[in-house]
Amino acid sequence: MVTETFQFTIDGIEIDAIEGQSVIEACDAAGIYIPRLCHHPDLEPSGNCRVCTCKINGRNSAACVTPAAHGMSIENNTPQLNNDRRMIIEMLFVEGNHPCPYCVASGDCELQALGYRLGMVAPTQPYQWPGRKIDASHPDIYLDHDRCILCSRCIRASRMEDGKTVFGFEGRGIAMRLNVDADGRLGDTQMAAVDKAASVCPVACIVIKRDSYTIPNGSRRFDKALIGSDIEAKRGQRKS
Amino acid sequence: MNTNHTGTINSIVEEFQADRSRLMDIALAVQHRFGHISRESAKAISVKLGIHPVEIEDMVSFYAFLDQEPRGRNRIRLSNTPISLMNGARDVARAFEDALDLKLGETSSDFEFTLEWTSDVGMADQEPAALINDMILTGLTPKDVPGIVAALRSLDDKNSLPPFPPKAAHAALMPKAIVHPSLIQAGPLLSGPLDPAAGIKAALSMMPEKVIEEVTASKLRGRGGAGFPTGMKWRLTRKSAGEEHYVLCNADEGEPGTFKDRMLLAEFPDLVFDGMTIAGYALGSKQGIIYLRGEYAYLWEPLQAALRTRRNQGLLGTHICGHPGFDFDIRIQLGAGAYICGEESALIESLEGKRGAPRDRPPFPTEHGYLQEPSAVDNVETYVCAARIMEKGAAWFAGYGTKQSAGTKLMCVSGDCARPGVYEVPFGITLNELLDMCGAPPDTAYVQMSGPSGQAVAPKDFGRRIAYEDLSTGGSTMIFGQQRDVLDVALQFANFFVDESCGWCTPCRVGTTLLKQGMEKIIHGRASLADVSATEALANTVARMSRCGLGQTAPNPILTTMRNFPEAYEARVVPESFSPLTALDDALREAIEVQGREPVEV
Repeated sequence: MVTETFQFTIDGIEIDAIEGQSVIEACDAAGIYIPRLCHHPDLEPSGNCRVCTCKINGRNSAACVTPAAHGMSIENNTPQLNNDRRMIIEMLFVEGNHPCPYCVASGDCELQALGYRLGMVAPTQPYQWPGRKIDASHPDIYLDHDRCILCSRCIRASRMEDGKTVFGFEGRGIAMRLNVDADGRLGDTQMAAVDKAASVCPVACIVIKRDSYTIPNGSRRFDKALIGSDIEAKRGQRKS
Repeated sequence: MNTNHTGTINSIVEEFQADRSRLMDIALAVQHRFGHISRESAKAISVKLGIHPVEIEDMVSFYAFLDQEPRGRNRIRLSNTPISLMNGARDVARAFEDALDLKLGETSSDFEFTLEWTSDVGMADQEPAALINDMILTGLTPKDVPGIVAALRSLDDKNSLPPFPPKAAHAALMPKAIVHPSLIQAGPLLSGPLDPAAGIKAALSMMPEKVIEEVTASKLRGRGGAGFPTGMKWRLTRKSAGEEHYVLCNADEGEPGTFKDRMLLAEFPDLVFDGMTIAGYALGSKQGIIYLRGEYAYLWEPLQAALRTRRNQGLLGTHICGHPGFDFDIRIQLGAGAYICGEESALIESLEGKRGAPRDRPPFPTEHGYLQEPSAVDNVETYVCAARIMEKGAAWFAGYGTKQSAGTKLMCVSGDCARPGVYEVPFGITLNELLDMCGAPPDTAYVQMSGPSGQAVAPKDFGRRIAYEDLSTGGSTMIFGQQRDVLDVALQFANFFVDESCGWCTPCRVGTTLLKQGMEKIIHGRASLADVSATEALANTVARMSRCGLGQTAPNPILTTMRNFPEAYEARVVPESFSPLTALDDALREAIEVQGREPVEV
């Protein structure tokens, strides 16, 4: 079967896409980075964070849930979009409790890395200081709800990849929280450290025990390179 | 958990064929059987449905009218809106607090009473209103409160929960449990002889495609406020392939200040059912569903009676009006207190028994809607228009209104005016004309058009026309006199969106709370000019980045008052270039009191 290829433009660059790709998938393949947080290449998109919002044919839409289409005209790397994205990152920083200097994920955290990439200095909005509890009931995993950014990656991974439905949301609005499928404790669920759901957390909410600091601070993913640079590198290779 | 409890839950789940998509009905039944949906209940439901408890809790925890913890047997919910407050809701609330010796938000230690605020209950023309054990009480004064509490204490058996949906016979024993007629001025749509089924018979004399052509020719647009052409929506739904096509009626009238759909369902239910049945014929659908907001549960009984009558008359069921092969019926789905479910894709999620989080589009409901099948979601008023269009013809309808806004509009007027209620007016009249009709004072300060998600209209714009192309509206028209504080009202609306944000996306979930805090700082006279600019910038980000209409419009009360009433903001701004969120003296107040000495001025 021959897959239909078509073209659309993003920030004035024409790229190829194939039927069935979302805008973000097509751009990833072409080496154009659209900032994103809740999107994960192995999971169904859910459009929670809205960081990947682009101006698509004149309308703001999330690139992760918008199917690529022939002739689309997309704005991505514009001052206003990046400003709005930084604002979203700030919102997540003040919504939870994110002490980067002593967080186990520092240097490996997508939220922190996007803060750097988008030029966040310090949040301009008031901290909300929510009171959330740590769940260390599981022998191999702990849940630090302070860091949860409600991206739903673990929910999707557990349901679709692991077939377990260990996680779900609870509540609504600013009171929404990550919930687990038991009497409130991860240790009572079927969760295992090898589950996909245990490895997709973009921050340090789901942490594998006894595995921290094997890579020292300063030598981690985003200590070495800006988030998204791996995707952008593809474009460099293709062009050369 | 005892076996009795499990047995009851099992029989409730079986009543709905152990169908996961009927989880809303199951949850409502469990709520009203046990008073709340405990973790044990959630487990029992999940076992019977073959899903995970976390999925039940995900859904149950979303809705304001479903509880996970025990609450009072008698549930008193007072409507908290700018309109109810200006009509004395705070005094009524205080009277309840005194009579029950409870604070708002509390449950009595014997679990007899819970007293709390709730969002708009669709009674803006008869505030202060309350939902008490799901009955509607209107026009409350503090004097009514002792009688209401006495009735609650004596009405029913202490060992059982009040009936749900509420019964009219029950309400007859409750002081002030009466909803007054709301239609003040009928126009061509709602006057003249009403022959039930006249529209259906006219439609059945044509091919379904021709019905859609007629609706298209009438230039009817969606009456919920968005104004999507109804004929086009029906055509798209009809041509989408599917096992079944669904006719969905959006009766989740949650926009504060709107009550026309409640009026139509109470005073003209047959026109609504006619319109849905016509849509059923046009779309090739067998099933219509009305999503009725939980606040309107008092309409359940009369609406079911009306549906039964129609079945007996051959207007629902098989071979409708003797037309071979045209089978159609209507079911009512009650909601459970969530404004977001008025958004069509959230409504569909809720209909499927899930949390009311909107879907990303595409695909649109016309292709993949309820149960992934093609679905047309239309407003109550839209179906009424469709029924009359079939009866009287597209040209008759298009003869009213303006070029881009055909027909008439039901305007819900409330607030500072002599005659609040529903007015049917042709599109194209000015706001001034409407204000004259309802007896608004000549020095009206401003009008909140289309509810919190709409705009604050200043007197200089009262000459604008009510039409999709000018002042577009779902009907809510809240009038504020000179004595009202525009920023105070904007803050109340900001609070409303904090309560009603579904939480799915970051900008709306977090942004609505930050906007509320920004407004509080301004109102408390602690904001610098830079703070006001920052709140404005944040409001614009929330509007641009949010996933659905709720978040995209949630900043409107702030943005439109900033635009139209800059002087109200300027009057509160402090001259400093930086002003902290909390005043240091206030933050230290507790410590100062403990120490017993005041700080010294340096």
